[in-house]
Amino acid sequence: MDMRKADFGFAALLLVVAVLVAWESLKLDIGWGLNGPEGGFFPFWLAVGLGVCSLVILAQTIWNASNPLRQPLVKPGGWVPILKVAVPAIAMVALTEMIGLYPAAALYIGSYMRWIGKHHWLLVLVVSLGVPLGSYVIFDTWFLIPMPKGWWGEHLGL
Amino acid sequence: VSIVDAFANLLMGFQIALSPYNLLIATVGIILGTIIGVLPGLGGANGVAILLPVTFVMPPTSAIILLSCIYWGALFGGAITSILFNIPGEPWSVATTFDGHPMAKRGLGGQALTAAFTSSFIGAAFAIMLVTFFAPLIAEFSLKFGPPEFLGIQLLTFSAFVGLAGSSVTKTVAAILLGFLLGTVGMDIISGQLRLTFGTIELMRGFNFVVAVIGLFGIGEILLTIEEGLEFRGAKPQVHWRLIVETIRELPRYWKTFVRSALIGSWMGIKPGGATPASFMSYGIAKKFSKTPEKFGTGILEGVVAPETAAHAAGVSALLPMITLGIPGSPTAAVMLGGLLIWGLQPGPMLFQERPDFVWGLIASMYTGNVIGVLIVLLFVPAFAAILRLPFAILIPLIIYVCAVGAYAVNNSTTDIWYMLIFGIAGYLFKKLDYPIAPMVLALVLGDMAESALRQSLIMSQGSPLIFVSSPIAAVLVILSAWLLMSPLIHPLIRKWWVGGRIR
Repeated sequence: MDMRKADFGFAALLLVVAVLVAWESLKLDIGWGLNGPEGGFFPFWLAVGLGVCSLVILAQTIWNASNPLRQPLVKPGGWVPILKVAVPAIAMVALTEMIGLYPAAALYIGSYMRWIGKHHWLLVLVVSLGVPLGSYVIFDTWFLIPMPKGWWGEHLGL
Repeated sequence: VSIVDAFANLLMGFQIALSPYNLLIATVGIILGTIIGVLPGLGGANGVAILLPVTFVMPPTSAIILLSCIYWGALFGGAITSILFNIPGEPWSVATTFDGHPMAKRGLGGQALTAAFTSSFIGAAFAIMLVTFFAPLIAEFSLKFGPPEFLGIQLLTFSAFVGLAGSSVTKTVAAILLGFLLGTVGMDIISGQLRLTFGTIELMRGFNFVVAVIGLFGIGEILLTIEEGLEFRGAKPQVHWRLIVETIRELPRYWKTFVRSALIGSWMGIKPGGATPASFMSYGIAKKFSKTPEKFGTGILEGVVAPETAAHAAGVSALLPMITLGIPGSPTAAVMLGGLLIWGLQPGPMLFQERPDFVWGLIASMYTGNVIGVLIVLLFVPAFAAILRLPFAILIPLIIYVCAVGAYAVNNSTTDIWYMLIFGIAGYLFKKLDYPIAPMVLALVLGDMAESALRQSLIMSQGSPLIFVSSPIAAVLVILSAWLLMSPLIHPLIRKWWVGGRIR
């Protein structure tokens, strides 16, 4: 995917968002009500503006079609490191819903350090257990901000 | 407001800022801020955003001292990475790399860092004095402002982004509108209706700007860094006391550069997004006035002094519109403004009358924070630089984990961590496709205020848009905004006409 196609695609996405928002605001009424302008008034005109902008950007990408400077969106060889960061991060968030943030973080930090950084087991254990424990002390006990506990929270009453 | 009053208020502020608890808070803030400024993917804005939930348990004055000190620390930290690693932590430290990194490569890293920190401090001190004297005046003047005038100020803020933007005009406008739209999702503050939820429960709470900031700036930046495959192999700084003293002794020679850069920085910083152009402009002007302009870029002290003085002065004066008008001048100021709302304070001119302890405590803490800051960074440069020597496979998961904790803690909701990831991917695309992120975040923060100002103005005029030009102040603001909006169109025309006329 080169930069121009991505530019076109993103502007098209903005256009879709604009149309959806305008549609949704129309349902709220965009006119004059008892308390002045109705709830849909502001989002409707924002959506109109966004729609106009995205149309102009779409037109610009078509005009500049002959632009010889066509770079790829992601640098060659850039996908692999990006996915190596993104996929484990998504997995951590998914795990958080199930087993809670601290165990998920321990697994995430530990496995990332071991498989991608190839660090020594001892260091992996110290960091991946030490960081969640440390943040438990700071957030749950000092600042009284409880982090999500997932399944354990519901069943063990944490 | 008489000078005597201002002085008495400032003294009261110092009593607050110099209490042992607040001094401790300031020191912690500076250290955290410097670490945040050094780490990739964590700048001032998301550093402040991540730590915002922690401040909920503090009194508001201590909370704002913590956040503003994180901001100063991040400004100092940005200089460390620029000079030692040639990696600007923030856009406004780009100009610092021009001479700072060549100096570090020649083994003069210690001198460059000392010059950078000292000039940051001088730039900040200059701007803080301006804030001290002008803030009460501006606040008093803006007490006369009604909804139309406030909307005019907001219009001016966003027009400045369009007019001064490096990116395309349409993309800047699209980003601003998208930010406002994200802000309207959820409960309508005036009618109480639910808006743009598309029938889902998830969207009822709306989008929290803190989550957006953490995702857009934090996660997005990490993805970009990873793609570039950056490795931090920097110069090792040697910082001894004698070297610091020697460098500082050399600096008075550049007093003209200091004055010019501090003025440029303070002036540009008031406008949104002003710190980056201020640092470049100040570097360019220092070069122009220099007797040896060819030496710029090879690693000279003056090339570090000029951008650092201006950037730090701009960073401070960006807080001026935030505390006086409730309009933030930078994304970091926007997050702090969001903090004010969460702590139950109404930003704007009334703050000076309702909570003088808060405002003057903040202003006094700017003095104390920057003194503490310059001492800490000078003492512990090697420690901060060592952070970047941590292996990537440890840094990256730690930063993402910290971001996730920050995103969750705002509302205690795991949905927000998902939003953070989505905003992260969006931030990556925004950067790639040249959509500016800062105006979008500002629009998201200011959305509710802008909308209620617009709707109240229209109620006042019974629907006539002429209200925005009928009051003199609002009219001036609208005309200025129109001029700024048009400037990307007009400037090339003027230049063409000017150059064409000369050739003929």
